[in-house]
Amino acid sequence: MKFETIVALATPAGIGAIGVIRVSGPETFTIVNRVFKGKDISKAASHTIHFGTIRNGDHIIDEVLVSLFRAPNSFTREDVIEISCHGSNYIIQQLINLLLKEGCQLAKPGEFTQRAFVNGRFDLAQAEAVADLIAAENESMHDAAMSQMRGGFSLEIKQLREKLVHFASMIELELDFSEEDVEFASRDDLKSLIYELKKVIFKLTESFALGNAIKNGIPTVIAGKPNAGKSTLLNALLNEEKAIVSDIPGTTRDVIEDVINVDGIAFRFVDTAGIRTTEDHVEAIGVERTHARMKDASVILYMIDLKSDNLHDLDTQLEYLEELGVPYLLIGNKMDQAQPELKTKLEEHKGLLISASQKENLENLKEALKTLVSLDSFKTGNTVVTNLRHYESLRQTDLALDDVLTGIDNQVTNDFVAMDIRNALHHLGLITGEITTDDLLENIFSKFCIGK
Amino acid sequence: MFPEYDVIVVGAGHAGCEAAAAAANMGSKVLLATMNMNTIAQMSCNPAMGGLAKGQIVREIDALGGYSGIITDKSMIQFRMLNRSKGPAMWSPRAQSDRMRFAEEWRMALENTLNLDFWQEMVTGLIVKNGQVKGVQTSLGIEIPGKAVILTNGTFLNGLIHIGEKRFGGGRSGERSATGITEQLIELGFEAGRMKTGTPPRVDGRSLNYEAMEEQQGDEIPSKFSYLPSTSTLSKQRSCFITYTNNQVHETLQTGFDRSPMFNGRIKGLGPRYCPSIEDKINRFAERDRHQIFVEPEGWDTVEVYVNGFSTSLPEDVQYTALKQIPGFENAKMFRPGYAIEYDFFPPTQLGQTLETKLIDNLYFAGQINGTTGYEEAACQGLMAGINAHLKVHQRDPLILKRSEAYIGVLIDDLINKGTQEPYRMFTSRAEFRLLLRQDNADLRLTPLSHKMGLATEERYNLTMTKMHETSKLINDLKQKKYKQQELNPKLEALDSAPVKDKSSLYQILKRPDLDINTVLNLTEDESFIHKYDAEIRQQAEIQIKYETYIQRERENSEKLMNLENQKINPDFDYNQISSISSEAREKLLKIKPTTLGQASRISGVSPSDVSILMVYMNK
Repeated sequence: MKFETIVALATPAGIGAIGVIRVSGPETFTIVNRVFKGKDISKAASHTIHFGTIRNGDHIIDEVLVSLFRAPNSFTREDVIEISCHGSNYIIQQLINLLLKEGCQLAKPGEFTQRAFVNGRFDLAQAEAVADLIAAENESMHDAAMSQMRGGFSLEIKQLREKLVHFASMIELELDFSEEDVEFASRDDLKSLIYELKKVIFKLTESFALGNAIKNGIPTVIAGKPNAGKSTLLNALLNEEKAIVSDIPGTTRDVIEDVINVDGIAFRFVDTAGIRTTEDHVEAIGVERTHARMKDASVILYMIDLKSDNLHDLDTQLEYLEELGVPYLLIGNKMDQAQPELKTKLEEHKGLLISASQKENLENLKEALKTLVSLDSFKTGNTVVTNLRHYESLRQTDLALDDVLTGIDNQVTNDFVAMDIRNALHHLGLITGEITTDDLLENIFSKFCIGK
Repeated sequence: MFPEYDVIVVGAGHAGCEAAAAAANMGSKVLLATMNMNTIAQMSCNPAMGGLAKGQIVREIDALGGYSGIITDKSMIQFRMLNRSKGPAMWSPRAQSDRMRFAEEWRMALENTLNLDFWQEMVTGLIVKNGQVKGVQTSLGIEIPGKAVILTNGTFLNGLIHIGEKRFGGGRSGERSATGITEQLIELGFEAGRMKTGTPPRVDGRSLNYEAMEEQQGDEIPSKFSYLPSTSTLSKQRSCFITYTNNQVHETLQTGFDRSPMFNGRIKGLGPRYCPSIEDKINRFAERDRHQIFVEPEGWDTVEVYVNGFSTSLPEDVQYTALKQIPGFENAKMFRPGYAIEYDFFPPTQLGQTLETKLIDNLYFAGQINGTTGYEEAACQGLMAGINAHLKVHQRDPLILKRSEAYIGVLIDDLINKGTQEPYRMFTSRAEFRLLLRQDNADLRLTPLSHKMGLATEERYNLTMTKMHETSKLINDLKQKKYKQQELNPKLEALDSAPVKDKSSLYQILKRPDLDINTVLNLTEDESFIHKYDAEIRQQAEIQIKYETYIQRERENSEKLMNLENQKINPDFDYNQISSISSEAREKLLKIKPTTLGQASRISGVSPSDVSILMVYMNK
């Protein structure tokens, strides 16, 4: 059974300067050579680019550049050709139709990546990273996906695996070689090994929150009393963002209305109902929901109306914020119309003075926001877990390790501890591959003097 | 001169004897061919059966209707249940045997087996026609016709013994090696390899000073191997002794390193890492200033003593000088030096699940010829080959044990899928579901299977069924016996066990780690109930109750594994079609021809991502 040769547009659909059509599979060179006029690419070397035309019979469809990648030195490890054509829907449609007619199959979503995986270019963790990379919308997301694809994550898991194998072999040693003259690890030693493992897993699972934020945007709640200027601020931030992202006005505003990219970090802004004590039942529900949102947020932008708030209320609000325990940024809006005592009070609390409607001091706000979420841990190259499946496996590994600790504390014998350890190894194995008992025995034989 | 036999077994060691007995007991006409009828069932190395994981195998052999358990019971001089302080899956019976009695009991058992003939001569070749074995050829040029042949040649195929710089052909100390078979098998297309093993010197027990050693006695209440009541436990036992090497011993041994065949490259075969020679131990673990030596008597009456832990192929003068520096050995007299032996084996990936070769129909390999080490490992392969050869020549379905069913299943599955780089020994850690594979339940696991197939006797089957029913009756009784907390708590308090809050059953109370079944039964104060069930039933019920949740979890895990096992692959599937799997995986898959995805996943060289790719293909 051979794979079909597949074709698909590799760049986004729509009008652009160029479009890239990717062809992959065993017939790639034969098929493309049939329609390409220029150099005879069937004999051309891998990793070369050639200019020519693509013709349907005598009819020239477009002038193109073809980039050649011969198996296995390609994304899919199959023969691959990328055709760069002019980015018109019509031309692209014509080219793909021609290639289909010549024997290609239309690629299913993700099929190029799937082939890369099936052909052994990636392990599972890396294949998943490619999907993330394709979906990467900002710098940090791109970096996280990139480092995972290059194997940073797999490396870290490998180290974890080695530690676990060591632990497991200590346990197996006592079970399979109890008659031998070797020293067995004390329960305290075993426990401290487990704590060490849990620390590594904790670091990785903690990074998932960050990884998730990188992928989906950091949940950021804008809260404050009604009319503090929350929506104005959101709009002000959004408009600036739009100006950076695209020259075309109003393009995708409805879709990403709440995600704002601040210097490569995605923030998912959530506007909330204003907070005030109310007798109105419906409004009370709204306020209740705001409180819940604030609790779940990673960051709160709390807005004070410097023009019409009062000192007593300000104290209550500050107290409430402190109690929440969520990192927050105190913002005094309407700085141009501020009451002096409110302004002083806010400055005492390191509040940031802005004017949302005048778009004043927004740059400082962004800086403060970035400092607050400090993604530095990621920027310095630490591994970030961005994939839910990996997160789940790590969590299951961690739970199994908890069982190990419980077992040790309850004085159960090591054969039962070993069951939990095997369970942990199994869950970890789901990320990069199984651990066999040969691994354990190998470790035992290399480290301990065994044998009567 | 010979009729056509159903099964011809070549070799009469642990594998050969079990194979011959099993096939004959199932009704095959069997010939057991051996070079020397006086050395049937020799314990070539240490005089002991069982041990960690190995003891479980002997129990499994017994449960299936093999003889190793019975023979061991009849010839043992000491019994110990190892790992008693751990959970029930780790308990491993081990017996010290009387070497001569062991061989004698085996010979008597075989002589008393119907349908079993003997022939003393070297088998030098196979008769093969159209890819099927038709019999064997002997050194006298006799052709003996047979429908199936089981090769259990042990260390005899081109055996080469090394002592220091001396080397000579031999299959065992004082016995010649066997030639011809390897050469013919290679010609037939088999791949062969070389392995190495070793054995320590034997000494005169009268020359030892046991005062300088630690005594290691047998169990106070010894158990036994066979599930049958026809064998009994020991009423008196012999002790072993423990002593240690020291730096002086190590220095002496080092003086012989330049003449050691291990270190000067003369030995090419791979030896077992878990059973290293003493020179290997002091070389690889130089930081250790002593190594343990077990001094094991070779029988009830003999003065010969086995020096366990001192396996060596150093020159005999170096062995002798070093031995005498061990505490208690100052005046030791050596009976014979230790030696290393190299022999031919055939990588077991050339076998199917019944131990039949893939190349030649009706030809089976069992024991060290498959790259294993150990009497127990050999015996169980012999048993399985004997059973399956019989089933094959009678056109019946094979007996294949699952990994979750028996250590024997783990062993054969490992061998045929992973092959082995060094002599393969069983460890409990090789079994992923070891809590299910206990020495206490081998009969419950295997006897019904064997009985259905026609090997386990009616008596054995009835005993197993009784055990099964009695155990569930006792478990049920314990669930029914409920007592109010007022009644229970004073008694529990007297036992230093926590009080109960509500009316509780004995079943619930037995789950407590601090109370054993006899204590719990005594809570009833009902004398007739306390003594209603015998010790074996009580122990079985106790294990099943105390470890219920763990056992349940293992069972569920083993069923999950079955999902992969149930995904069948056509053995003739052409893996060349899949360019995407690694070339190593493709080569292995083509060679081993797995029948399920589960089996494919256990082949060494087949990575998890190869398995994912296979899954993608199979589901296409």
